[in-house]
Amino acid sequence: MTQTPLKFYVPEPSGRPGQATDFSYLRLQPAGAARKPPIDITPYDTRDLAIGLIRVLDEHDEAQGPWAEDLPDDDLLRRGLRAMVKTRIFDARMVIAQRQKKTSFYMQCLGEEAIAIGQSLALREGDMHFPSYRQQGLLIAQDYPLFDMMCQIFSNDQDPLKGRQLPVLYSVPEKGFFTLSGNLGTQMPQAVGWAMASAIKGDTRIACGWIGDGATAESDYQTALLFAHVYRAPVILNVINNQWAISTFQSVAGGEGITLAARGIGSNVASLRVDGNDFLAVHAVSRWAAERARNNHGATLIEWVSYRAGPHSTSDDPSKYRPADDWSRFPLGDPIARLKNYMLKRDIWSEQEHQELQKACEAEVVAAQKKAEAHGTLATGRTSSVATMFEDVYKDMPEHLRRQRQELGV
Amino acid sequence: MAQEKTKTRPMTMIQALRSAMDVMLERDDNIVVFGEDVGYFGGVFRCTEGLQAKYGQSRVFDAPISESGIVAAAIGMGAYGLRPVVEIQFADYFYPAADQIFSEAARLRYRSAGGYTAPLTIRMPCGGGIFGGQTHSQSPEALFTHVTGLRTVMPSNPYDAKGLLISSIENDDPVIFLEPKRLYNGPFDGHHDQPVVPWSKHPLGNVPEGYYTVPLDSASLYREGRDLTVLTYGTMVYVAEVAAREAGIEADILDLRSLWPLDMDAILNSVRKTGRCVVLHEATRTSGFGAELCALVQEHCFYHLEAPVERITGWDTPYPHSHEWAYFPGPKRVAEAFKRVFREA
Repeated sequence: MTQTPLKFYVPEPSGRPGQATDFSYLRLQPAGAARKPPIDITPYDTRDLAIGLIRVLDEHDEAQGPWAEDLPDDDLLRRGLRAMVKTRIFDARMVIAQRQKKTSFYMQCLGEEAIAIGQSLALREGDMHFPSYRQQGLLIAQDYPLFDMMCQIFSNDQDPLKGRQLPVLYSVPEKGFFTLSGNLGTQMPQAVGWAMASAIKGDTRIACGWIGDGATAESDYQTALLFAHVYRAPVILNVINNQWAISTFQSVAGGEGITLAARGIGSNVASLRVDGNDFLAVHAVSRWAAERARNNHGATLIEWVSYRAGPHSTSDDPSKYRPADDWSRFPLGDPIARLKNYMLKRDIWSEQEHQELQKACEAEVVAAQKKAEAHGTLATGRTSSVATMFEDVYKDMPEHLRRQRQELGV
Repeated sequence: MAQEKTKTRPMTMIQALRSAMDVMLERDDNIVVFGEDVGYFGGVFRCTEGLQAKYGQSRVFDAPISESGIVAAAIGMGAYGLRPVVEIQFADYFYPAADQIFSEAARLRYRSAGGYTAPLTIRMPCGGGIFGGQTHSQSPEALFTHVTGLRTVMPSNPYDAKGLLISSIENDDPVIFLEPKRLYNGPFDGHHDQPVVPWSKHPLGNVPEGYYTVPLDSASLYREGRDLTVLTYGTMVYVAEVAAREAGIEADILDLRSLWPLDMDAILNSVRKTGRCVVLHEATRTSGFGAELCALVQEHCFYHLEAPVERITGWDTPYPHSHEWAYFPGPKRVAEAFKRVFREA
């Protein structure tokens, strides 16, 4: 019997530097094509939605289909647009600040603004987010002061985290924003645990976990799906598929030939795949999932299809592993442009208002930065007192830490 | 010591631990108990027997076989405001939860500047001497004592087990609560060829029924002597006791109870008094917790020492099955070390 030699297979993106990505792998569906199921749907019956794509806004900037029923009011759309514009300007300024050595590190969410902001505006006060490091929109949508975010980024004497954490790893209890960890995926089963606690106490609040496509490969992600299913936890499990985990294409995370949302079906979690650059779809689907959770129908997994338009971080150069013009070819476009065009078409927004918004956000970001820099940056070395380094390891400082603090002479 | 005036009754360590959870489930609605086989069945060691029937499934429940999931869910619950008391079936199986314990539970308070805390207690049956082989005998305490932000606790008798567990549950820091399963039903001095004595025959098996605490960061002087200080915990407390008797040495046997943070004063007082120190643990030697104890003693008691500090530990091998008693640091090995400390003086 002849035996053909085994072949080892390693997935590759279709587009490398100097090439053009073939985005046909995205399996797009037209706006309005995906159905809107009842909130008590059996998870197994969402399988078409887990491999399809829920979209509301079409290429003519019009809202289509069942997910366009009961759209948010015009004020909420303006709030969403404002938060997205502000987030993008904030990101741009902080990248420059990193280049000026005012901070060691920064991470943008360029191109992904609609997801965190759309969901944030679909939830209630008291709901709890367990974010990853690319959901600054959750804070900006809730009007958390840019000053406080910048002080954390600059590790200055007003840094709420006292210079202990890497920039962008915020922690904001008053906005339902869980403390960010550098360890990927850990927050997903924690979100499920928070949701379990809410159910144990007979509360009405729900939790949201956030993770990227790459980190779904972490074991904690599977664990989160398992616990969410087993205990029917009131949780929304958000997977942002921005196609890239640093330099690694989403196919290496297990996205080839199948969607990431499809994995939820095997765990008996209702699973939806959604256009992440479509603010209207983000808001409608988030509201659906929140209602499902709040009515004790259990968890929802949402794969948000988007594109990481910027570098992974300020330490990354994407031109070394993907085409430089990739975002311009990405079929789902720019979330800000799409919402703006929809609002222009509906005549609830104008070019002039948009320019004024841009200017106002620029001014707000600049003013906050000026105020934050007055309290120091990494470059000035004006930080919290070194003695605080030994605090909060435990609730009360144990003897050995007291001695070590004395040893340092602070 | 906070204590209610309640009757005492003889309890095994299993019953004492169960009583601690019962008392705390009753006192505080925010306490939940879960883990593998912990709910309906009452735990593979019976430590949670009857608790689900008494408090209901939303307070005491079974979990999937996922150590990281159990600890992660507990962290999320802690962030919500609950006080989870979770069980890892054997300490040998905590490794899948290491990321959640080390990177998350231990660091939440610090990285959030006190914004979030992890008031969890993670119970783990540990230790050997039961023919448990490689994955039912380990003593991983050094992996926890090395992690900033964790408290590591190990009782050696039913009275301490209940009081320390209540203190651990009430403590706002994450506590790794290691339970020497060899001591679950009775004290064990390493004489495996002799019949086991039940806790009902031991004074420390007499346990108050209601609420009381044994403070953390506080060692107990299990036996007082002037010749030698023995720093130990868990099963080795009883091995030290019998070995000292067999060697004819009057030893201060210090049961550390809280491994880290620990009771430094008790250690200094004893070693400065005796001038000799032996460190005993079941765990493997290299980079084990004993290394830290030896370092602390030489750092703080150098001019009081009359002999090198000895370490008697498990060998630097995985825990074997058939060679259990050649591996376990039994009374013979320990007594020899005690004598050696005097010979070298």
